[in-house]
Amino acid sequence: MLIVAERINSSRKAIAEAIESGDDAVIRHEAKIQADAGADYVDVNAGAFIGEELARLKWIVEVVQDTVSLPLCIDSPDPRVIEGILPLVKKTPMINSITLEPFRLDAVLPLAAEHGAKVIALCQSSEGIAETADQKVRMSHALVEKAEQAGMPQDFLYVDPLVYPVATNPQSAVATLEAIAAIKKEIPDVHTICGLTNVSYAVPERKLINRTFLVAAIVRGLDSAILDPTDKKLFGAMKAALAVMGKDEYCLEFIEAYRAERIA
Amino acid sequence: MNDILNTIKEAVINRKRKEIEGLVDDAIEAGIEPGLIINKGLIEAMDVVGEQFSADDIFVPEMLASALAMKLGLAKIKPFLKSGDQPSMGTVLMGTVRGDMHDIGKNIVNMMLEGAGFTVVDLGVDLTVENLMEEIENLKPDILGLSALLTITLPEMERAVREIGDKGLRKNMKIMVGGAPVRKAFAEEIGADGHGADAVEAVDLAKRLIGK
Repeated sequence: MLIVAERINSSRKAIAEAIESGDDAVIRHEAKIQADAGADYVDVNAGAFIGEELARLKWIVEVVQDTVSLPLCIDSPDPRVIEGILPLVKKTPMINSITLEPFRLDAVLPLAAEHGAKVIALCQSSEGIAETADQKVRMSHALVEKAEQAGMPQDFLYVDPLVYPVATNPQSAVATLEAIAAIKKEIPDVHTICGLTNVSYAVPERKLINRTFLVAAIVRGLDSAILDPTDKKLFGAMKAALAVMGKDEYCLEFIEAYRAERIA
Repeated sequence: MNDILNTIKEAVINRKRKEIEGLVDDAIEAGIEPGLIINKGLIEAMDVVGEQFSADDIFVPEMLASALAMKLGLAKIKPFLKSGDQPSMGTVLMGTVRGDMHDIGKNIVNMMLEGAGFTVVDLGVDLTVENLMEEIENLKPDILGLSALLTITLPEMERAVREIGDKGLRKNMKIMVGGAPVRKAFAEEIGADGHGADAVEAVDLAKRLIGK
């Protein structure tokens, strides 16, 4: 299970304030606790700073790389920001994200291929977000085709089928889960990844919905996730699901996480 | 040489199932006696693992993963053992008594016995006394291990121990018993040679029973 740690995101108030005031201690702390909790990549996002996203993100990248040795996940919808950050990273990064929209696809894929970066690809096109499982799977095939044309191996692609809130689209989570299973079956070398917070929009105890969705997704074959690894209940649900699904021989990783007090 | 043996020992203790075969190859290539690799590398490691388990420092699956590493190492060494070498600590015949289908605990004991260097022949579950006696005569094991997990199958265990004794099959064979409802007092009462409360005790007991 590959974990992209999501906490350094400018849509969070504490992060936006730290970026605004140049308080690197906050960013360092966030980077460190996520690395300690078992992150594989640290997502970095300054998208809330319209017009100065690149400058702000450069600062974050510098601070995070000075604190932890993990590779980064460059989180921006803007190809120019991604292009500006790529030369600065010390380890081969992941890019978050592309869609089938030509302005992102055509600009980012060649960059990713050139830098050997992994790419998160959303099931979204100029016509909108894929809603049914069928649409999600079709867009996944289209994304894979585009990536291959750009010279990227299939297993560098992390397809995010996207999920709508169950509060507003009752069948949305099911569509996403079915898409995950179908992608795994039809394009086995491609990875699937998913953000978890959208699914629980407008319901109480959101985190309970989030982690239940994560467990269901792991059961259907999800092999990567964008999440907060310091959330012990979420991390615990994930480790337990992996053990139950036979992806943790002798529960050794579960036990290790238990000993490190990373699960609850 | 001690470095290589220590590395093997540490690998088993730390459940390095993917590395163990390569390490054993290294040891053999370095000309270390196969018997020494087994005793100073693999078996000493399982002694440590047993202590860790008894002290509640590790969980059952961690112990099993070490036992598996040990088994992989042992399989790698076997072709290099000469006829004079002691390839096995002894043969243990294992099974669950009639009327009882439980085998998880027995299987854990099997793995740990193999991890300690015993040759284990597992007859499975729901075994009649006749099944057991036939296999004892065939295999002439050093030890018979009987398991029961239900209070209602304890009488079967008692009967098996008695009838095997009546047949004179205990002269060159010890009997050890175990399972959740089996207590030390019960084991003594039915005349078994010993009782292990868990897999580690079972291994210690088996070693004692064959005088090692």
